[in-house]
Amino acid sequence: MENEIKVPTMAELFAAGKQPEVLFWVGCAGSFDDRAKKITKAFVKILNKAKVSFAALGTEESCTGDPAKRAGNEFLFQMQAVTNIEVLNGYEVKKIVTACPHCFNTIKNEYPGLGGNYEVVHHTQFLKHLLDSGRISVEGGQFKGKRITFHDPCYLGRANNVYEAPRDLIRKLDAELVEMKSCKSRGLCCGAGGAQMFKEPEKGNKDINIKRTEQAIEVKPEIIAAGCPFCNTMMTDGVKGKDKEASIAVMDIAELIAQAEDL
Amino acid sequence: MEYIPNIIFAILLIIGIAFFTKNVKKLIRNIKLGKSVDTSDHTSQRWKNMIAIALGQSKMVVRPIAGFLHIIVYVGFIIINIEVLEIILDGLLGTHRLFAFLGGFYSFLIGSFEILALLVIVAVFLFWVRRNVIKLKRFLNPEMAGWPKKDGNLILYIEFVLMVLFLTMNAADYQLQQMDVAHYTKAGAFPVSQFIAPLFQDMSASTIIFWERTAWWLHIIGILLFLNYLYYSKHLHILLAFPNTYFGKVRPKGQFDNLESVTKEVKLMMDPNADPFAAPDENAPPPEKFGASDVMDLKWTQLLNAYTCTECGRCTSECPANLTGKKLSPRKIMMDTRDRLEEVGKNMDANNGEFVPDGKQLLGDYITHEELWACTTCNACVEACPISIDPLSIIMEMRQYLVMEQSAAPSDLNNMMGNIENNGAPWPFNQMDRINWAK
Repeated sequence: MENEIKVPTMAELFAAGKQPEVLFWVGCAGSFDDRAKKITKAFVKILNKAKVSFAALGTEESCTGDPAKRAGNEFLFQMQAVTNIEVLNGYEVKKIVTACPHCFNTIKNEYPGLGGNYEVVHHTQFLKHLLDSGRISVEGGQFKGKRITFHDPCYLGRANNVYEAPRDLIRKLDAELVEMKSCKSRGLCCGAGGAQMFKEPEKGNKDINIKRTEQAIEVKPEIIAAGCPFCNTMMTDGVKGKDKEASIAVMDIAELIAQAEDL
Repeated sequence: MEYIPNIIFAILLIIGIAFFTKNVKKLIRNIKLGKSVDTSDHTSQRWKNMIAIALGQSKMVVRPIAGFLHIIVYVGFIIINIEVLEIILDGLLGTHRLFAFLGGFYSFLIGSFEILALLVIVAVFLFWVRRNVIKLKRFLNPEMAGWPKKDGNLILYIEFVLMVLFLTMNAADYQLQQMDVAHYTKAGAFPVSQFIAPLFQDMSASTIIFWERTAWWLHIIGILLFLNYLYYSKHLHILLAFPNTYFGKVRPKGQFDNLESVTKEVKLMMDPNADPFAAPDENAPPPEKFGASDVMDLKWTQLLNAYTCTECGRCTSECPANLTGKKLSPRKIMMDTRDRLEEVGKNMDANNGEFVPDGKQLLGDYITHEELWACTTCNACVEACPISIDPLSIIMEMRQYLVMEQSAAPSDLNNMMGNIENNGAPWPFNQMDRINWAK
């Protein structure tokens, strides 16, 4: 097929006696959610363009356990964690990149205590590194001068103090980065974290994603940039709820870079 | 007979400090009801946190207006305490302005105390305006109704009165010094109270001495009363902010604890040599409860958090759930934890130090399921707290109890967890299709 993307699996490389530079942890959203799959593909296209040797676990990947843990089911979380750690350690994985801040946080912070020690980076950090080391180059082109606001994912920002990597990438696009009223360490949650993604919200007077979308609309962006598949869904729904989908696009940082590169 | 004032002073001081000590002991006992937790790690980081966050007020200034006013009151409180030291020594020894021998430096000290006292009066007034005239939203949440609102105002009134007494005392003193009254040697600078002194101008020396003594005694009695009010108010933060920032979270905010009790079980389940039918060791302790349903299930650091909370509401005003009208308020989580802990403490006081089950617990009687399930675990409350309180950890432990001890998760979440168990994803997709996106 024409748009088939080359994604080696760890099993294939291991059988050939090879070890990739980095493991791409796709995550459940990136694997199954139709919107998030586009982010996954965009990121893989950039990896291929930059000739990064990477692999995915494929069918051997399983949920990190993050939503179970945040829902209070520590049992299920640890069962998932030790199973994943066994697979990762079996392949002698050293470095992991993921486009999901929840997977990022869990593997980086909560797996070491259970025997899984890896260097874990978020895809925005990884892309920034590729850019800084000259392995990819980005020219603003179609995003030049566009108003882009970045919505900080809680599990990337507050949880792990990563605020600048995604913003540096947006600046590299020659775009006009505009900040929402609540940003960086005071960024407002999209409403999906803590397993809220998988349940109906409690009774209130507004949905959290609508509140956050209103904050975004205030700064009149053309694009709301996100760095998390769940934030992406929530903000996309919020923009639709506000009837703004014709004028505001919600895009992942990886998609912005891939599109700027005509990938 | 001339020693009577000294004796009365010493008695008041002893009663004040003894009563306070008694309450501090109770406080420590209550905090120790929590589970032990290892805080011996990251020592240098912990000291840095304490110095920056508690001593340096670094997180207060995130909100510049309240932060600035708070720094005035805070600096005033600390610096004016030097004066309290002199007052205590004067009271015990029957001296007057014992430190006057410091000369120019003494004038500088007294002068700065006066300026700070005036600034504190202004700041306290503005704080009162924020609470009662402007009515900032975060002071009006439902959990603030009744006593918490009164408590907040009462503290402002006490601080105001103490500062006014301090300045009145100095003004009378200054007037007496001008009149060359014996015992009132010329000492100190009075940049503020010199403007109050004219009030005493037409009075006789003995009347002014009466006012000076009255203000002096009321000031120190007021301080002793305030010290003892701390335990009953939300104001313990002036002491507990220091240990609380030291024992606060030092790891990334996103890192939640892995429950050791669960790790044990999971390891057993994964161990191919474990005998699933083995009878448990008779001497083995009963299995640990998963998560928390009452204050005794929490860690002592979380109970310290509860006593440290001064109900400023910065957490609640940043909470996405609260901002969108949900019942959850991180401040209420902390207030409920403290209220329940106090209730348990009183129960123990009434039963010779033993807690007699009262059929109540933190979960359900204080904090509802609805509040707990509204949390997005976004850490906004933890980030917002100016003194390193972590309401999220309490929410998480109560969720753990609900799910692992009571199987009381919302049904949507049960579906999600069922999917993870069966096919390794929160949605019902086949694990074998995980890489189909590449095709």
